[in-house]
Amino acid sequence: MFEDLAVRTENLTRRFGRFIAVDRVSLEVARGEIFGFLGANGAGKTTTIRMLCGLLSPSEGEGWVAGYSIRTQPEEIKKIIGYMSQKFSLYPDLKVLENLKFFGGVYGLEGEELEKRVGEVLEKLELSEWSEEITAQLPLGFKQRLGLACAILHHPQIVFLDEPTSGVDPLVRKKFWELIYQLAEQGTTVFVTTHYLEEAEYCHRLAIMHQGRIIAYGSPGELKHHWQEPSIHRVFIRLVKEGGR
Amino acid sequence: MLEPSVKIAQLVKKFEDKTALNGISLEVLPGEMFGLSGPDGAGKTTLMRILCGLLDFQEGEVLVLGKNLKTELEKVRSLVGYMPERFSLYPDLTVKENLRFFGRLFQVPEAERKEREKRLLRFSGLEEFQGRRAGQLSGGMKQKLALACTLIHQPEVLFLDEPTTGVDPVSREEFWQILNELKAQGTTIMISTPYLDEAEVCDRVAFFYQGKILACDSPAKLKELFSGELYELKGEGLFALAQQLSSLGLEGVVEVQLYGDRLHFHLEEGTNSEKVISQALKRFNRTDLTPRRISPGLENVFAWLIRQSELKANV
Repeated sequence: MFEDLAVRTENLTRRFGRFIAVDRVSLEVARGEIFGFLGANGAGKTTTIRMLCGLLSPSEGEGWVAGYSIRTQPEEIKKIIGYMSQKFSLYPDLKVLENLKFFGGVYGLEGEELEKRVGEVLEKLELSEWSEEITAQLPLGFKQRLGLACAILHHPQIVFLDEPTSGVDPLVRKKFWELIYQLAEQGTTVFVTTHYLEEAEYCHRLAIMHQGRIIAYGSPGELKHHWQEPSIHRVFIRLVKEGGR
Repeated sequence: MLEPSVKIAQLVKKFEDKTALNGISLEVLPGEMFGLSGPDGAGKTTLMRILCGLLDFQEGEVLVLGKNLKTELEKVRSLVGYMPERFSLYPDLTVKENLRFFGRLFQVPEAERKEREKRLLRFSGLEEFQGRRAGQLSGGMKQKLALACTLIHQPEVLFLDEPTTGVDPVSREEFWQILNELKAQGTTIMISTPYLDEAEVCDRVAFFYQGKILACDSPAKLKELFSGELYELKGEGLFALAQQLSSLGLEGVVEVQLYGDRLHFHLEEGTNSEKVISQALKRFNRTDLTPRRISPGLENVFAWLIRQSELKANV
């Protein structure tokens, strides 16, 4: 009955010592959906994503990604997802092209298929001119593009993008979102966090997280209607300042 | 007339075969909040690194607080504060220890330093977190601490390179409150930002593109550069509509741009705009949307400036 769900969690909880980073989070993301995950710094977004990617085990509760349990089948999950971490995680000393080939290889792409995909993402993200540059020397916005490129190289079913547009200029941010829409249209599920709240308006559905808990959940239209605010930016500021009351 | 805090004439910076800055000239006045905007790789960070003496340059003249960067670099360093994109705080030191470290680095006299530490902790809202390790701070608090460390030697001019990138909207408001207080105290601030709402509140903004400044003025004056008519549609499901419209190539339409839940039609001056738009909407069965004439924002202006610059380049 849950086969249409790309992600499902039930009371997902993660503690670090006494600190509760993620507190009984339950959510559902449909296949092909663009799901926006909002919250202040430290609200628990990244911890949630790391659990969903099979990188961190939950203290309590359960989650399923493409039907696989994050508790018992994290290795299966890693094969079918793409993850773009908030912290830049590519090899700084490699050239742009080398990073792409390396990550493509890790995800099992090889030969002609690898070449073809690398060419496609370089073009799509307008990185072709930079392909021979050392990654460390790229401007921040280009590093982010490369991060996104590496995360989608292997056509993952679900991509988790943790602040993909952070430090990316406004015009390129729009290109990122065009790409995200294309991915969704092709059936890829996109789970994305952002601090640019005009981008939240592009998502099909949103969850706003505050101090480990989800304090609002719904489509951008529903949230604006419910809180009687003109924009998600206003909804967010209001909810977070009120502390989720 | 006041002597500018920063004066740049015909600055050229090349990295091997790449020209990062291609003849930049600008002046920043004392007490001004001066914004740098523009695409990634346009030269904003390079300029800031030159201004605080971290990078040399090939041509042109740069004066900071009246001092020539080529000959009086050491004097300049103690008068400016620089907060790079990734400020290096010591994650294992506490908030207070980080401040102390930077105070000693800049040789702030002991008694004075303690006084300033206290004031900056209060000022940046970090007082109650002074014993927390920097590595344990949230993104917004880290940026506030980085700013506090940049302020410990009381610089007259601040260079802030995307200080609010990755900072959540609430912390971003708080960060700007601090900047506005600094400005009120007379500090000159040069700040680069990818957020257009931040550019909007600067006194003046320089828009960088491919190593050049395409325009430099107050946000209000920049908007006067825009030519044509702008209409906005607001509603759900605009992304698909924007894609359809862009591929269509409608007559008189310069550009269709999507901004969140708003779609902007940019039409040439003198087009029968309402008719063009209503026909397009009919065609895609979106007569539920009502176009509304609006004045351009900085996002529209910047997109326009780039378009103009590319047209010129192709002539």
